[in-house]
Amino acid sequence: MTLLITVFAALAATAIWYCSESARRLRVGFLSLMFWGAGLMWLVDAVFEYAELHEKFFTPSAADMLNDSYLGVSVVALGLVIWLVTVLVQDPNGVVKAALFGKKVNQ
Amino acid sequence: MACFIVPALEAAAVTVIKKIVEKKEAKAVVPSGAGTDFNAVEKIPFSRKLGWLSNMLWGGSALLAFEHVWHGEVTPWFPFLTAVQEGPEAVSEMLGEMATAGVTMAILVTAVWCGLVAVSSAFERRARRAAEAAK
Repeated sequence: MTLLITVFAALAATAIWYCSESARRLRVGFLSLMFWGAGLMWLVDAVFEYAELHEKFFTPSAADMLNDSYLGVSVVALGLVIWLVTVLVQDPNGVVKAALFGKKVNQ
Repeated sequence: MACFIVPALEAAAVTVIKKIVEKKEAKAVVPSGAGTDFNAVEKIPFSRKLGWLSNMLWGGSALLAFEHVWHGEVTPWFPFLTAVQEGPEAVSEMLGEMATAGVTMAILVTAVWCGLVAVSSAFERRARRAAEAAK
């Protein structure tokens, strides 16, 4: 579930990056690369787990699925927080600078 | 157990290489008349391509590290890895996982990046050919 949720997040971020010029300015590409990187790493994890568990890998218990889904959503939230902090620090549109130093800039 | 450490180490190495390449690119001599041809197709700097790999590795490692914290394999206090507290058997298991899963993760992400670079290079070549044909 964690892998699936991360891959869907990566797909959504990539689609937004492709479609929107303003999203590209807001470094959505970074977000998409971050999710793709994590997705690829969890894919390797899943392959190793499959090699160990075989068919049991595809029939997880409800509790495991719920825990994995909760983890997946938390991972997406953490990724979004990292991206947001990066955007605010780099401030590509100058919004933060304008908000903090607006008066000084106008002077 | 600690497989994310391998891609994180690669990410650190890539970041250092990216900084060196960026410095070299900044020092590169600009031929006279460069930048005056506005129809010229610009080549994507290699440092930018390294940035894609760096973002994938750092991002992936950070999210994977969070997963390890979630599962109690990494703690925010010394020695940070629960396997180290559990004894030598757990440590050897952790090292084995790093050597197998960790190295495979790093190789897979790098392989995907190589594919990305190859595709972008093909796009650059195509754009350059189109620009030359338009002249």
